[in-house]
Amino acid sequence: MSDRGLSLPNRMTAGLSPAAWLSRNGGLAALVVLLLFNILVTPNFLHAQTLAVNISQVATIALVAVGMTLVIATGGIDLSVGAVMALSGAMAPIIFTSAFAEANPALGLAAAFLLPLVAALACGVFNGALVAILGVQPIIATLIFFISGRGVAQVLTNGNLQTFNHPGFSYIGTARILGIPFQGWLVVMAAALVWYVVRFTASGRYLLAAGGNERAARMAGVPVTRVKILAYATCSLLAGIAGLIVVAINSASDAARIGNLMELDAIAAAVVGGAALSGGRAPIWGAILGAVVIQLVKYTLLANGIADEVALIAKAAIIVLAVYAQQTRKG
Amino acid sequence: MQPLVSLQGLRKSFAGVAALSDAALDIRAGEVHALIGQNGAGKSTLIKCLTGVYRRDAGEVRLDGRAFTATGPRHAQSAGIATIYQELNLVPLRSVTENVVMGAEPRTRLGLIDWRAAHARTREVLSRFGIEIDVKERLGTYPAAIQQLVAIARAVSMEARMVVMDEPTSSLDDREIETLFEVIGNLRDSGISVLYVSHFLDELFRICDRVTVMRDGRTVAVRDIAGATKLGLIADMLGRDAGEISAGGMTELGGAHGSAGEEILSLDSVGTGRALREVSLTVRRGEIVALGGLLGSGRTETARAIFGLDALRHGTMRLPGGADAPRSPSDAIRAGVGLLAEDRKSEGIIPGMSVRENLTLALLPKLRRPGSIDTRRERRIVDHFITALGIKLAHADQPIRELSGGNQQKVLLARWLATKPDLLILDEPTRGVDVGAKREIQTIIRDFVAEGGAVLLISSEFEEIVEGADRVVVMQEGRAVNELPGDGLTEDALIAAIAHLPETERARKDAT
Repeated sequence: MSDRGLSLPNRMTAGLSPAAWLSRNGGLAALVVLLLFNILVTPNFLHAQTLAVNISQVATIALVAVGMTLVIATGGIDLSVGAVMALSGAMAPIIFTSAFAEANPALGLAAAFLLPLVAALACGVFNGALVAILGVQPIIATLIFFISGRGVAQVLTNGNLQTFNHPGFSYIGTARILGIPFQGWLVVMAAALVWYVVRFTASGRYLLAAGGNERAARMAGVPVTRVKILAYATCSLLAGIAGLIVVAINSASDAARIGNLMELDAIAAAVVGGAALSGGRAPIWGAILGAVVIQLVKYTLLANGIADEVALIAKAAIIVLAVYAQQTRKG
Repeated sequence: MQPLVSLQGLRKSFAGVAALSDAALDIRAGEVHALIGQNGAGKSTLIKCLTGVYRRDAGEVRLDGRAFTATGPRHAQSAGIATIYQELNLVPLRSVTENVVMGAEPRTRLGLIDWRAAHARTREVLSRFGIEIDVKERLGTYPAAIQQLVAIARAVSMEARMVVMDEPTSSLDDREIETLFEVIGNLRDSGISVLYVSHFLDELFRICDRVTVMRDGRTVAVRDIAGATKLGLIADMLGRDAGEISAGGMTELGGAHGSAGEEILSLDSVGTGRALREVSLTVRRGEIVALGGLLGSGRTETARAIFGLDALRHGTMRLPGGADAPRSPSDAIRAGVGLLAEDRKSEGIIPGMSVRENLTLALLPKLRRPGSIDTRRERRIVDHFITALGIKLAHADQPIRELSGGNQQKVLLARWLATKPDLLILDEPTRGVDVGAKREIQTIIRDFVAEGGAVLLISSEFEEIVEGADRVVVMQEGRAVNELPGDGLTEDALIAAIAHLPETERARKDAT
């Protein structure tokens, strides 16, 4: 289990030099630096409200990053997550503002959660089938929805901004439990579930085997095709949930903006968290850590009055550092 | 005479486990020097310490009498030590020329690559080895032997003074091996040293001058090949007495098998394509049936068809338990078939996973509980096989890539034995494995057969077939052409049957 998770056993880290420790735990080190910097510099950082804001914003990145980590573990990549978010986010308001939902509020609300997720799942199964059955390169396969998914979402909404006031639906974006935003709890539960599956079930073992050496895995009877489709489907499903949360937070749905550039944030988070693009590793908690780091960078720059565009450069720098750390770790 | 390369008192440990404890190696200029030893004896580690892949913990390396520490393979190369690895580190999709001049391309005045000069230099270098090929063609279109020679040519063109060859002949056929040996002779004549690592002892007597024997991380003997015997070298490697070994036969496959029982596998006129045209055979419980044939005769393709990797074009197949031809490996596994693949690295191990996870990979469907894996049973099974098969490791959660080749092979054997198969297909089960582990693996196979298992054996080692097989199905050009009884079979008779070439084949070979 040495490098599957964020928590390396002590025997692995004990004898390492500081530089080696840093390269293995770069994400953690970045988190500590970011926290210290903010505590010292950013006004009102140690405030419950700041925590809540950050959690509510990191939740979507974290959810998608968890799914992305699964796909990366198979040796693939999913560029369509942002578009899938837009699709599910655009569908939900259409459903719960429809005449049917006005007449049957409970049923309408359930449908507003379920149907977008079914659509997201279908996208994932399609991606997975292209990759696993037809052998299409993951980047090309997922490029299809990267381009068309957002297009469909905009066609559905005629390109309009849909605003709404629906407390039932907005619960998933605005409610708090014990002072923590609902979506924070949701992320923890989703991550725990995925982590359990990866770590303790045969499917999880199959996932890592398929990503670690696909040919050998097939020859040991591993259902590689099924496992890959499952990974893409899970990734899309989590992206679908993230799309719903974004819409719920804003009480508005703008198909052109939901999940824009999310695929890059998610890939960055997964890589910062220790996922290897060659596959075979699925550090789920690492992905959460990576998402937190990315969110904190954004927040730090924003709270200190630095333009959004600069944040993009900072994110790029983080990806470079994370990949560099991975390279040195291999050597 | 001052040696070209001298290593003394080398030590190297991994996570507290010593891989080298007191290793030494002296290579003179212009000699072909063999390095032998069981898997895990430390040969690879020694080479990697020399070529800068690993950093040694202690000891001294001298090059031309001066202290030398390679900081990496590139540094070693520029100092004149070139390494040809088992897995060729060439680029199959680029041209022969590009592969040879890579990193040292001749330039025009404008700083562009001077292709004319590059092609000319490549042709010149290759012709020194008697190879005349189209250097503009992609490297991957040539057979493995040519690729290997290109790798050597590349090393020589980099002004190597010593070439390290790790198992250079394991993927070559006889004719290609001859060419390689000629090249090695040319290298020696031009004063270049060769460090030659091989499990094939017969080869050493043909091309080597001296041999260094390693055991358990130590150098235990250095001998002139002229005064050495095969049995003596085996005794050195095993740390056992020569007389004791010769009494026991060359392999562990011989001896009484259980009497053959019910028919467990039958192929009737099975074909999957050009490489496997038509094969009919049967295997019964308690017997070893060998597939004899040259490289490319359809042996591996037969194994692939039985294991559900290639779809049948025609013919019928009956698996253990009466199942029809499988459509996937998992079908075959369910029917009670296991396949130990020829290429351990690409078709066997999952390098990043632990020994435990590798060992139980094929067994997982049976270890599965709703929502989890029965880890207690898993550990019990893993511990059982580690003990029963004598797998040497630090602990079961160690990544399998850290094990020696022989121990990896045992883990893969255990992967199949754990599924309690009726039929095991073994494709070169002892290739790339040292003498000690080879005998242990042969013992494991014999025990499996004695307990009523059936084995379909593919082996390039005629000794294994002659001593082990109850029957030999001889294959040529994708067809089963003959069947020999194992009783009284001699190596000469087997070779004669295999080499009995149809006219067309002979004509084709003569043409090349």
